[in-house]
Amino acid sequence: MQLEQMYQEIILDHYKHPHGKGLADNFTAQVHHVNPTCGDEITLQITRDPADGQKLLVSYQNQGCSISQASASILFDQLNGQTLPTGELAVGHLVAMLQRMEEPNEEILGDGIALVGVAQYPARVKCALLAWMAWKDAAIQALGQNQATVGEK
Amino acid sequence: MSVLDVAAIRKDFPILARTVRDGKKLIYLDSGATSQKPTSVLDAERNFYETHNAAVHRGAHQLAEEATIAFEKARKNIAAFIGAQANDLIFTKNATEAINLIAYSFVNATLKQLRGETLPAGAERFVLVEGDEVVVTEMEHHSNLVPWQELCAKTGAVLKWIGLTDDGRLNYSDLTTVITPRTKVVSFTHQSNLLGSINDVAKITAAARAVDAIVVLDACQSIPHMPVAVSELDVDFITWSGHKMLGPMGIGCLWGRSELLASLPPFISGGSMIETVTMEASTFAPPPQRFEAGVPMAAQAVALSAAVDYLQAIGMDKVASHEHELTKVALATLGDIDGVRILGPTDFTDRGSAVSFVVEGIHPHDVGQVLDSLGIAVRVGHHCAWPVCRRYEVPATTRATFYVYNDLADIHALADGIRQAQEFFGSN
Repeated sequence: MQLEQMYQEIILDHYKHPHGKGLADNFTAQVHHVNPTCGDEITLQITRDPADGQKLLVSYQNQGCSISQASASILFDQLNGQTLPTGELAVGHLVAMLQRMEEPNEEILGDGIALVGVAQYPARVKCALLAWMAWKDAAIQALGQNQATVGEK
Repeated sequence: MSVLDVAAIRKDFPILARTVRDGKKLIYLDSGATSQKPTSVLDAERNFYETHNAAVHRGAHQLAEEATIAFEKARKNIAAFIGAQANDLIFTKNATEAINLIAYSFVNATLKQLRGETLPAGAERFVLVEGDEVVVTEMEHHSNLVPWQELCAKTGAVLKWIGLTDDGRLNYSDLTTVITPRTKVVSFTHQSNLLGSINDVAKITAAARAVDAIVVLDACQSIPHMPVAVSELDVDFITWSGHKMLGPMGIGCLWGRSELLASLPPFISGGSMIETVTMEASTFAPPPQRFEAGVPMAAQAVALSAAVDYLQAIGMDKVASHEHELTKVALATLGDIDGVRILGPTDFTDRGSAVSFVVEGIHPHDVGQVLDSLGIAVRVGHHCAWPVCRRYEVPATTRATFYVYNDLADIHALADGIRQAQEFFGSN
């Protein structure tokens, strides 16, 4: 059944028990992204790691459907503490996977490969990408900031 | 028993014979977004292109004459559907454009006044100054909210609104405070596309008339579903769309009082809407042509006229009773499911057939996805009425809307689908 291909058990687990949800008091950059067709929204913060300014810590708060919620939880697992190049690689691969241009690569996406079923529902692709686009936006903004920079930029 | 022979009606809609999602029978519960089209409407559009196609209101060859006659005959028929005169009916791209046409009339009249130009008699009612007030309601579709926000931003007028009660009605006690001597226009929906509530037009209009405000009625969700007669509504403008009443996409309607239309400056300008043109300046045709710049959507007008014929052959009273019956069953059946909350009135007085609901613990998108997998097409999201969702503190809803081709089996399928979603997501 197609439905179960999209809502794999691992997606439902992330949805019901999201990882890393909650905002930080201090952050380097914060963005708010919405999916205007359905009202899904996320506030995502990036904090540059004081020990290594290239490492980007993730915090977020969101509301929306199971796909957008699970996707944010997976993003936290994959990208919390990672660098911009690592994150951009993951975002690029997720987009390509959802456009059926690339086969799922677990090394890059971790549990995110379970989002592959979303590719067959074009209306839901935006739900799956919401958190990742917010991350990219916030990460670029954070690296443009000087504060919290310890290592060399 | 239904007041309509739904089985016979369904045969007129070719799309209802197709299957979706691995051979599932299509159960279409999204007519509030757009209705399906009967063969007679599709044939009318095709026939226009096959036999009469030409640009209307220009050219003197036979096809141009035939096309123009067909176009104007359609105008007459569509106007008569709401008891109006043909010359008071303007075709627009959609209802959104019709509302913008009115909003921009205020902008244009205000700009002309600021430049010291002489305004046509009557147009002074469309001039706004800082502190004038524009009134809408909290249940408007974005199409009847955003154009007024924009108008206020451009003119310095203030946007005010009539709020909502907890049971999904307008809070009429707001009328006396919201509508004031500064109110220049009151624009409101006849029936909420999200809540299904049918508003008390007479009550709102009386308050608007008392302060000499222009009254605009958004009838997108009423004209397709119940008898509506201009003579029974003391309003100045009515807007609605063709595609929600079995007609084609790409055509909307604006009815206006003839004396007001006559006083209004044009909205979109160009060919067709002129009287004389020199390199320096132009004068404009009388309504409705003044508001129909460019080659109009004649084929769509002819098809919409066929939709009017189709609805009239059924009878709008019967359409309304049929939907009323379905709504009653839907509210009772869905209301019986644990964890389902209906947004909007649950009584049946002044209640249209939009049934919005939330399922506890399952986001509307996920509800919609499970329903879709069963062949059931509903709308999910904020339904272009985001402030209504905010008012009732939900991020979105799932909405079922009914029309002439729906029956009780569709509603039972919907209820079963909701239960399956609950099972799938383990929320119940």
